[in-house]
Amino acid sequence: MTQLILFNLFNGLIVGAFYALMALGLSLIMNLTGVINFAHGGFLALGGYLAYTLIPYVGFWGALLVAPVLTAFLGLIVERFLIRRLYGHDPLYSLLLTFGLAFIIEDGTRYIWGAQAVPYEVPAALTTPLSSDYFFLTGYRLFMVALAAISVIALFVILKWTRLGMRIRAGTLDLETVSVLGVNTAILRNLNFGLGIYLAGLAGVLAAGQLGVEPTIGSSLIMPSFVSIIVGGLGSLPGTLLGGLTIGVASSLTSVFFPSATEAVMYVIMALVLLVRPRGLFGQEGRF
Amino acid sequence: MTNNGSLTRYAPSVIGWIVLVSLPEWINAVGYTDLGSRVVILGLAAMALNFLLGHTGVLSFGHAAYFGLGAYGAGLTLRYLAPSTGLAILVGTGIGTFAAMLIGPLIIRLRGVYFAMVTIAFGQIFYFIAFRWNTVTGGDDGLTNWTRQPINLGFATIDLKDPVAFYYLTLVVFAVATAIMAKLLASPFGRSLLAIRENERRALFLGIPVNLRIWLSWTVSCGFVSIAGAMYALLNNFVDPRALHWSQSGTFVIMAVLGGMRSFWGPLIGSAIYVVLQDYLSSRTSNWMSLVGLVFVLVVLFFPRGVLGMLGRRSAT
Repeated sequence: MTQLILFNLFNGLIVGAFYALMALGLSLIMNLTGVINFAHGGFLALGGYLAYTLIPYVGFWGALLVAPVLTAFLGLIVERFLIRRLYGHDPLYSLLLTFGLAFIIEDGTRYIWGAQAVPYEVPAALTTPLSSDYFFLTGYRLFMVALAAISVIALFVILKWTRLGMRIRAGTLDLETVSVLGVNTAILRNLNFGLGIYLAGLAGVLAAGQLGVEPTIGSSLIMPSFVSIIVGGLGSLPGTLLGGLTIGVASSLTSVFFPSATEAVMYVIMALVLLVRPRGLFGQEGRF
Repeated sequence: MTNNGSLTRYAPSVIGWIVLVSLPEWINAVGYTDLGSRVVILGLAAMALNFLLGHTGVLSFGHAAYFGLGAYGAGLTLRYLAPSTGLAILVGTGIGTFAAMLIGPLIIRLRGVYFAMVTIAFGQIFYFIAFRWNTVTGGDDGLTNWTRQPINLGFATIDLKDPVAFYYLTLVVFAVATAIMAKLLASPFGRSLLAIRENERRALFLGIPVNLRIWLSWTVSCGFVSIAGAMYALLNNFVDPRALHWSQSGTFVIMAVLGGMRSFWGPLIGSAIYVVLQDYLSSRTSNWMSLVGLVFVLVVLFFPRGVLGMLGRRSAT
């Protein structure tokens, strides 16, 4: 029993790390531009599929490096030509636009790569169990958690200490002033969007290694990321991280005791959090 | 002059009603009456959403949940409770409205994108309940083994098996629902909603209890959406979890935008365009989902005011 619980706890952490990676990207975009990027899950799927296509040529490690960058590049293009037109308009419109994009990406990946999940070759070094007692501790799982942790730390370092990061944080508070101080906000928002999509692409490559990748992977992961953001509080990146880990662990543990409530439990947590703190755990009055 | 004014004012609605009432006459090619019913039902749903979206200015992206609750309420009633179409509509509407009332207090303090996100996320609870509770709801396969029943009025019995008869029932429900919505919007309550849409802070200063009004508007809006959901279940004699899915919510929003959010009848026109387009596309290609997505993108980029919004601007200039 303890082993089962440990297994699910660990599994929950992995799932939570996914949610957090995806939700952090979403949060980043939303904080600076007020855009809810419904197509975020679509970009995640694209990251996975690009890696799948690249692996025969550049190997797993190469794909892990290249695929998220390519995904981010697609994100830059989408922001430049579509989303940029909608800044300053009712948020309804960017919501609908990215919603349509999500449809297009999901259907497009189905058209190109087929409706079935595609298998994925992970280096053998990563797939062997590390311990016979704790069979679930495969190298790949540890690797995923480690990589997710490194990415999150890197993100916070970028935001805290680089010029780009400082500008993003400042823009989140008051974009107009940042603009007046001589920062090109068009480029700032573009790069910020790309950074968010990079995280989605990375999560996509990692998820594909664990679960395989199929066209609907994006639409099934987008809701948990929304819940992570709401639980953590809109506008707070640490909150988003905590929210993702919390609901990942909670739904994984629920699957042991009450399997049919696996998905529902995260919404129950969300309802409870909103009841006590209407703006989420770390949310503050103000922008949202 | 006044005569002329009232003519241009009422002519569109009169023509609209003539089109709706005579629809089975000219659309009677096999199967297309049901398409008409679908336009009217989804149009009602989009108009109900627009009560909140266009007239109160609150961005909800989770109305499919209450649509689906109405649908499941109706289906479950006919399957397990009693063979009565009237009761099915009442139960479906009751369940949807009640759920909205309960969830309302959790969300009315939020605004804008925050409100949108929380409404989407809450909607998914019901999706997973319908999806997982196999023994009662049929899970992913949907709720089957029930059909809409004849309505007994005492002096006459209406057999709803006939698509035309069902279309007229739909139209009656639609007429009553839209009449109530129009009355509400014209009342002081409705005016206060418009005030909240235009300037929430000013409305607050005027002493309007903004959160309470938004809660009421939300409940009314979800209530009418659940009526539409109940009718939709009766139309198909079937419900499945997709009726509750967030992508369905997006469909209602695009209908409202496509027809014109700022007008009362706009969403109905949006529904007609969307339903016909989707029906046509899905019969022509298996990649209709991308094309529907493309419609979303094009509407947002080139047509954000919707059909009636564009016409209104043209006649104003």
